[in-house]
Amino acid sequence: MSYQIPEFRHPDLPVNELGLTKAAYEGSLSTLCAGCGHDSISGAVIMACHELSIPPHKIAKLSGIGCSSKSPAYFLGKSHGFNSVHGRMPSVATGAAMANRDLLYLGVSGDGDTASIGMGQFTHVIRRNLNMVYIVMNNGCYGLTKGQDSATADFGSASKKGDPNQFAAIDLAALSLQLGATFVARSFSGDKDQLVPLIKAAMTHRGFALIDVISPCVTFNNNQESTKSYEFVREHVEATGTIDFVPMKEEIKTKYAAGSTHEVTMHDGSVLRLHKMAKYLDPFSRTSAMRVLDEHRTKGDILTGLIYMNRNSQELHEVMQTSSRPLNELAEEDLCPGNRLLKNINAALR
Amino acid sequence: MTSKIKPLKSVNDFVIKFANVNGTGSASANKLFAKALFRMGLPVCPKNIFPSNIQGLPTWYEVRVSEKGYLGRRGGVDIMLSVNPQSMAQDIQEVEPGGYFIYDNTKPLDLRLIRNDVTIMGLPLTRICNEQYKDPRQRQLFKNVIYVGALAALLDIDFAVLTALVADQFKGKEKLVLPNIHALELGHQYAEENFDCPIGIRVKAADKVGDKILIDGNTALGLGALYGGASVVAWYPITPSTSVIEAFEKYAKRMRIDPGTGRKNYAIVQAEDELSAIGMVIGASWNGARSFTATSGPGLSLMSEFLGLAYFAEVPTVLFNVQRAGPSTGMPTRTQQSDILSAAYASHGDTKQVLLFPSTPKECFDFGALSFDLADRLQTPIILMSDLDLGMNDNMSEPLEWDDSKKYDRGKVLSADDLDNIEQFGRYVDVDGDAICYRTYPGTHPTKGAFFTRGSSRDELAVYTEKGEEYEQNMHRLLAKWETIKAYVPGPLIVSCGKDTDVAVLYFGTSEESSLEALDYLAEDGIYIDAMRIRAFPFNQDVEDFIDGHERVFVIEQNRDAQLRTLLMAEFELGPDKLKSVLCFDGTPISARNIRKQILNLLPANNVTPLYPDKVASGGGEQL
Repeated sequence: MSYQIPEFRHPDLPVNELGLTKAAYEGSLSTLCAGCGHDSISGAVIMACHELSIPPHKIAKLSGIGCSSKSPAYFLGKSHGFNSVHGRMPSVATGAAMANRDLLYLGVSGDGDTASIGMGQFTHVIRRNLNMVYIVMNNGCYGLTKGQDSATADFGSASKKGDPNQFAAIDLAALSLQLGATFVARSFSGDKDQLVPLIKAAMTHRGFALIDVISPCVTFNNNQESTKSYEFVREHVEATGTIDFVPMKEEIKTKYAAGSTHEVTMHDGSVLRLHKMAKYLDPFSRTSAMRVLDEHRTKGDILTGLIYMNRNSQELHEVMQTSSRPLNELAEEDLCPGNRLLKNINAALR
Repeated sequence: MTSKIKPLKSVNDFVIKFANVNGTGSASANKLFAKALFRMGLPVCPKNIFPSNIQGLPTWYEVRVSEKGYLGRRGGVDIMLSVNPQSMAQDIQEVEPGGYFIYDNTKPLDLRLIRNDVTIMGLPLTRICNEQYKDPRQRQLFKNVIYVGALAALLDIDFAVLTALVADQFKGKEKLVLPNIHALELGHQYAEENFDCPIGIRVKAADKVGDKILIDGNTALGLGALYGGASVVAWYPITPSTSVIEAFEKYAKRMRIDPGTGRKNYAIVQAEDELSAIGMVIGASWNGARSFTATSGPGLSLMSEFLGLAYFAEVPTVLFNVQRAGPSTGMPTRTQQSDILSAAYASHGDTKQVLLFPSTPKECFDFGALSFDLADRLQTPIILMSDLDLGMNDNMSEPLEWDDSKKYDRGKVLSADDLDNIEQFGRYVDVDGDAICYRTYPGTHPTKGAFFTRGSSRDELAVYTEKGEEYEQNMHRLLAKWETIKAYVPGPLIVSCGKDTDVAVLYFGTSEESSLEALDYLAEDGIYIDAMRIRAFPFNQDVEDFIDGHERVFVIEQNRDAQLRTLLMAEFELGPDKLKSVLCFDGTPISARNIRKQILNLLPANNVTPLYPDKVASGGGEQL
């Protein structure tokens, strides 16, 4: 196993609009276990950012603690990163996003980091509709402490060394819907074709975008008795439809039969095309999304794809009416009211 | 009048206490009283002693008037104005011999409560209100205004000052002016007709206030943050810090709106808890905005983990801690200085946090603004330690002042140009030898200057490491930075007694006024003591020199465990005999009489012949 990412790249690697190859979006070598689902998700992030031609330094990546939260070191090496404390990434992201509304905030968390210790912050960042992408690398266990069940482990599911889980699972997608999340998706680390366009869609959505990605833990939770194993997920996955992300400048070429396709124009002018959509789901209706999620869960199926999206989402800066210039760019003349006004304040206090 | 001993006589020098029921509108009437004296040119020191309750429990408002300008609590009560039957038995006991007890005599006073060494005076407040007003709320509210009117007659307060204040108070609500003035007149008239006015204790206009203002520390702190350039505020409501944020917001709405767009040049996020509040501050500061939160004891405990991250990852962080009585929920509406140790060493592992100790509203403003410069310059949390007494009581203060030529010190931050002109950027490389390294904001440069901030150990280039020597090197650098910090934080202030003495006191924050007053009393007794007010942690060399320069050093503080003393002993490796404690932790501000008494008790007995032993026997806050 190599401990250095080779500097050599194929000379014909495709470049994006910024003239950058995918290499410009890579990070340091992963130290996760070989075959870890998280590495596939890192790969999908790299691909999505490259294809969207986002300048790497205009992304800030934030995480909490755990295997998943280590992964931001393994992608976007030219972006600032913040590996904060366990379960508290949403608050750090909120402060950061308040300080500079012009960056893209990518939060990476795990099921322990989100559904247990960080549950409070997770629910409140959703309520505030912070403009960020929140990826949960969901493997149903605590990998870094050797495989204890997490709060997203399904009832009856057992990890490699464990007994069947006796507690109800928290469904992060369903919970997010209930809390008013404006973009909710679920995916599978093994399905790059679905995950990459979902990440792109989430990155162009204005407001809070959750992608709950089932990401098997090869070391502790990939056994037959587990409902978060590669095998189980592949057998039980059902996609809501296919998603195509068409960047702003590209012409839409593919044609689909009417009735099963939706086109959504995003804030930056790019277009999201949802096609072959399941008839039972209206992805713009929260009620429909909640019902469909519940039906699938009851059947034991894992519903993936775009589950819900609010096209009229108002993110926190808009709600709070903050300056359109990033607050971190304001200087003395914008921030300090000066001594003359202070004299008036003094006068009123006599 | 029933007093059998001579009633107290004084002009412009007394303590009056109002005993009220919470939620009955007494606060604004009492404030009217204090402000009227202030406008007559008299130094006043009002203290609100209130319960953790919205309606129904006893609440007190104590006003000290001192022409000499003593602004601390003196101890003892000369006039008690009691309109709360719940606390009357306790209230009358508090009055100094010779003092005055004024109560609502609509119902007769319980005979068992009568003391024959105080002057007892009745005002039929309920009866007057029932005759004058039909609306129950008015009956309740005007009761307070009527007693202020009566006090105007009893103490000879300039009535025109009161009416002008009422007009100021109800600017924009003119309909309320006349009814309030009428209520003042009702009280005034009753007192004039039924008592020999003024009584022995009275006021006389003076010119002892100058251009000072009456402001609470939290308002000054909120303004300090505004002037200091804070643009991202995150907070969770907790008494007694809430009004810091309220003040920031009140003035930001007036003075921080973009004139072109009408949009806000600030953001205030009410967090879900204190953990989140401090996390937001860290995120915003990491991203280059000035940011702060305000909290009190329980919040400080919750923020402890994040404070360790900010210390270790070196993220500027500003936290205003308005202390209240702990531990746990403690007495949420009473004052203490009892978070010193938990703040100084906040978080697990080896940590040391920078503390600032303001003692006046002016310093709340100055240190509040300074916190942001220090946090940016020193890249570490700055914890400003106020307390409930300073934060929530109106204090007479020097006017607030801002130097318009001042530029914010944003510390060592590299721009895109800087990055292009250096060979290699390493976030934790000590380039200048002061142990403070250069940082970059996210989004600065397309290819240079990005780094990974983390709470785990890392090398100088911010790359994860578990190598012991790299970890140790970094921890040593943080300790070296601690030395650098000493030159940046406000140094101590010395008040020399002007005589040769080997006795000294050390104090900080709100113990200042009472301490200085106590030293005046002791000087009258022939005991001369030097004083030093500590204004920041880390302590610098001046503090150590001052302690070394005196044989006997008393540390005055408002907590049980002598926390500042512990900190001094730990940092200077002092033996236990060097520093002696003068403490008060009953939740009320420490009083001058209490300090004097404790110091007398601690000094070798043969040195002392108190001239006024009676002063020792009375006074509040004598729990020890």
